[in-house]
Amino acid sequence: MREERSDMSEDDDGGGEEKDSWAPGLGVAGKSRGAPYPLPPPLCDQVLENVIENVLQFLTSRRDRNAVSLVCRSWYRAEAQTRRELFIGNCYAVSPRRAIDRFRCVRSLVLKGKPRFADFGLVPIGWGAHFSPWASAMATGYPWLEKICLKRMSVTDDDLSRLALSFPFFKGLTIICCDGFSTAGLAVFAEKCRHLRLLDLIEDYFEEEEYEVVDWISKFPQTTTSLETLGFDCLPSAVNFEALEALIARSPALRQLRVNHHVTVDQLRRLMVRAPQLTHLGTGSFRSPEEGEGMEHEAHLVSAFAASRSLVSLSGFREVESQFLPAIYPVCSNITFLNFSFAEITAEDLKPVIRHCHNLQNFWVLDTVGDEGLQAVAATCKDLRELRVFPLDATEDSEGFVSDVGLTAISEGCRKLRSILYFCQRMTNKAVLTMSKNCQELVVFRLCIMARHLPDHHTGEPMDEGFGAIVMNCKNLTRLAVSGLLTDKAFGYIGKYGKSIRTLSVAFAGNSDMGLRYVLEGCPKLQKLEIRDSPFGDPALLSGIHHYYNMRFLWMSSCKLSRRGCEDVAQRLPRLVVEVIRDRPEADDEAVEKLYMYRSLVGRRNDAPPFVKIL
Amino acid sequence: MEAAASSVKDGGDLRDTELRLGLPGTEAPEKPAAPSTRGSKRALQEDDDMESRANSRPLEADSGEAPAAKAQIVGWPPIRSYRRNSFPPRKVESEAEAEAEAEAAGLYVKVSMDGAPYLRKIDLKVYKGYKELREAMDNMFKCFTQGEVSRKEGCSSGSESAITYEDKDGDLMLVGDVPWEMFISSCRRLRIMKGCEVRGLRTRQYS
Repeated sequence: MREERSDMSEDDDGGGEEKDSWAPGLGVAGKSRGAPYPLPPPLCDQVLENVIENVLQFLTSRRDRNAVSLVCRSWYRAEAQTRRELFIGNCYAVSPRRAIDRFRCVRSLVLKGKPRFADFGLVPIGWGAHFSPWASAMATGYPWLEKICLKRMSVTDDDLSRLALSFPFFKGLTIICCDGFSTAGLAVFAEKCRHLRLLDLIEDYFEEEEYEVVDWISKFPQTTTSLETLGFDCLPSAVNFEALEALIARSPALRQLRVNHHVTVDQLRRLMVRAPQLTHLGTGSFRSPEEGEGMEHEAHLVSAFAASRSLVSLSGFREVESQFLPAIYPVCSNITFLNFSFAEITAEDLKPVIRHCHNLQNFWVLDTVGDEGLQAVAATCKDLRELRVFPLDATEDSEGFVSDVGLTAISEGCRKLRSILYFCQRMTNKAVLTMSKNCQELVVFRLCIMARHLPDHHTGEPMDEGFGAIVMNCKNLTRLAVSGLLTDKAFGYIGKYGKSIRTLSVAFAGNSDMGLRYVLEGCPKLQKLEIRDSPFGDPALLSGIHHYYNMRFLWMSSCKLSRRGCEDVAQRLPRLVVEVIRDRPEADDEAVEKLYMYRSLVGRRNDAPPFVKIL
Repeated sequence: MEAAASSVKDGGDLRDTELRLGLPGTEAPEKPAAPSTRGSKRALQEDDDMESRANSRPLEADSGEAPAAKAQIVGWPPIRSYRRNSFPPRKVESEAEAEAEAEAAGLYVKVSMDGAPYLRKIDLKVYKGYKELREAMDNMFKCFTQGEVSRKEGCSSGSESAITYEDKDGDLMLVGDVPWEMFISSCRRLRIMKGCEVRGLRTRQYS
C-alpha cells in the first residue's frame, strides 16, 4: 500500500471514476436511463454476457473498465457485475445506494472526501465527507467486502466498529489524512476483525487527551494472526510495547511495519529481531531512550539490519541521532524507497548513507540536507523516479537550504525522474528549464517557492519561462503545481502545451481573467483544478462552462468571484454542485471567499453545515 | 541529532512559579498547543476563524529587537499540519520574540454546545470581554437553537443555558466570575451547558 501512497500524487484515475465521461457528445448516455438494470436481456444476450463477464475478470484498470462500460448496454451490465475494485474520487459525486446498485460484486473500495486544500486548513471543520452513510450502506450492500481505503474522510469510532462487525471477510483498512476516530475505535476494530491482514494509518489526525488513550495493540487476537501490514506512524500516543512485540512475534506473515516516534532504537531492534522477513520498515524515532546511552545500542542495531535481508523500504527517523545512521548501511543497496522527510539531518549525515543507495527510486528528504546533499543524491541515485524535498521550517521568511543549484544537480544526475515535489526559497528559470530538458519523463512537477510572488532570483523576471519550458518539454506531464511570480503568460504556456495535464495547483499567480481562461480553454484533460489567492473573476469562471462536467472538481479561494457568477454557473450546469463556503457568518454575501464545485449524479448533498451554501 | 530540546512548554511552567506583581494572566498566555505532543493538537490554521486573521494583523508587541513575525497566511506554504506539528518549534531567541509569536498566534479553545453535532474553535484574544464572547458564542451556535433566550430575559425562563469552561486544573467553572485577563489565561475549553445541569451551577447572572 505504501507504493500506492507515492502513486497517489500522480493520480492516474482517467476520465471518470465509476461513472462514464461526461463528454458533451455522449451526453449522459446509459446513465440517466433510470436503474442500471432495466429489463433482463433475451437469452442469447445472456450467454454473450456470461462470456464477456469471464473475459472482463481479467480487466483491472478502471480506465479500461470505464471504456468497456460504454460500448453497449450488455457490456455495461457485464462490466458492472465483474468490477471488484471501486474507486470513488469524490464521495459526494455519487450516493452509496447508486454505487451499490450498479456494482454488485465489489470487494474493495477507495473513497476520497474533502478537497485537497483541506490539508492546509482552508476547509472549515465540519464541512463533511462523513464515512458513516457509506459504512451503513455497504454493511448491507457488500457483506463480502474485503478492503477499504479512505482519504480525507471523517471516520468515527462507530464506523470502525461497524466495519469490524459487518464484514466477516474484511482484510484491509487504509486510512489516509482522515480524522474523527481514536484509539478506542482502533481497539474495537483490532479485536473484532479476526482475519485482518492490513491496517495502515497514514497522516491521520488524532485528538485524544492522554487519559482517553486505549491500549488497542493488546486487543488483537491472541492467536497467530494474518497480519501483513501494520502502520501507525502518525499515532501521537505511545502503544503498549510489550503487547506490540508479542503481536509481531505471532504474526509470521508480517511484511510491513511502521511504528510511531515513541519507539526508540532499542525497542526497534527487538521488533526487528522478531520480524527479519520485513520488507517495509518505519523506524520510529531512531534515537536512544536516554541521553548518552547510544554506544551499546549501535552494534546490536547493525546486526538487526544486517539480518533483515528483505528490506526495500525505510521511513521514520523522527528524532534521528546521526550516530545510528550507519546501522542501515547493510540494507542501503537494496532499498528502493527511503523517507528521511522527518529526519533533521545535514549533508554530512546524508552523504555516507546515500552513497550506498544505488537502487533508490523514491526519496523523501528534508531541505536541511541542502543543495550539497542533493548533489550527493544526484551522484549516486541514477534510478531515482521520485523526489520530495520538504521544508523544515515552512514559513515564507525561513532560511532556505535548497535552491536552484540542488534542482539543477538532480536534473543532471537523475534523468529518469518522473515525479518531483520541491520546496525552496530561491529558484531560477534556468534551473527549471534545465530540468525540463534533462528529465523528459516527468509526470508530476510540483515546485513550491515559499515566498509569494518571488521572481527568478538571478534575473528578477517572473517564473513564466521556467514553467513554460516544463509544459513544453515534458510531454507526459499530468500534474503541475506552480509558484513564484507568475503572469498570465505562464498560463498561456500551460494552456498551449499542457495537453495532458489533469491536476493543476495555482497560488498567488496571474494578472487577470485571461490566466484562468487560457487554462480552461486549452487543457482538455484537466480534471482537478485548485486555485487560491489569484485575481480570477466571474468571466474566467464562465469560460470553463464547456468543461466542468469533465472535471472532478474546481476549487477557488480568495479570488475575485462573486455570487452572481457562481449562480450563473450553477444555473447553466444543473448536474454541478456549486458550494460557496463562508468562513465568517458576517462576511460579505456578494463576494465569494471559497468556491468548491464538482459534478454529481445525485445533486446537492443533505449534510452541508450552515457555513456552506449550495447554489 | 538532539532529542527534542526543551520546548516552550517547559518555559511556560517556570513562568507559572515566577514571582510577579499583578494578577496571574496579565502577561501573554502560553501557546495553547504544546509542541511536544506531536501531531496531537490541530494546527491553528485549520480553525475556521483564522480567515479573519489571515491578512496581517498588526502585532501588539512593541519589543524593538524581535523581528516582527511575518503574519502567517493560512495554509501557506502548503504543508500538512501533520508535518508542521512534527518538528520542535524553532528556538526562540528572546522572551520578547516568544511573546510576539504568542501574540500573533492566538489563543484558540474548543467550544462545545450540548446537543450540537460538531464543535467550534474560537480565538479568545479577539474579544475584549465577556459580553463580546457571549455574543460571539450565541452567533456561532444560533443554528442549533430555536428561540435562544434573549439576554433581556436572562436565563431564568424555559430553556436555560450557561457558559462554562474547563480551567487549567481540569475543573468545570462558570464563565464570568474572574477578571477577563485571568479567565483567558486559564481557560482551556468552553462548553455551553443546557437544561437541569445548569441550575446547579448558576448562582448569579452575568453580563
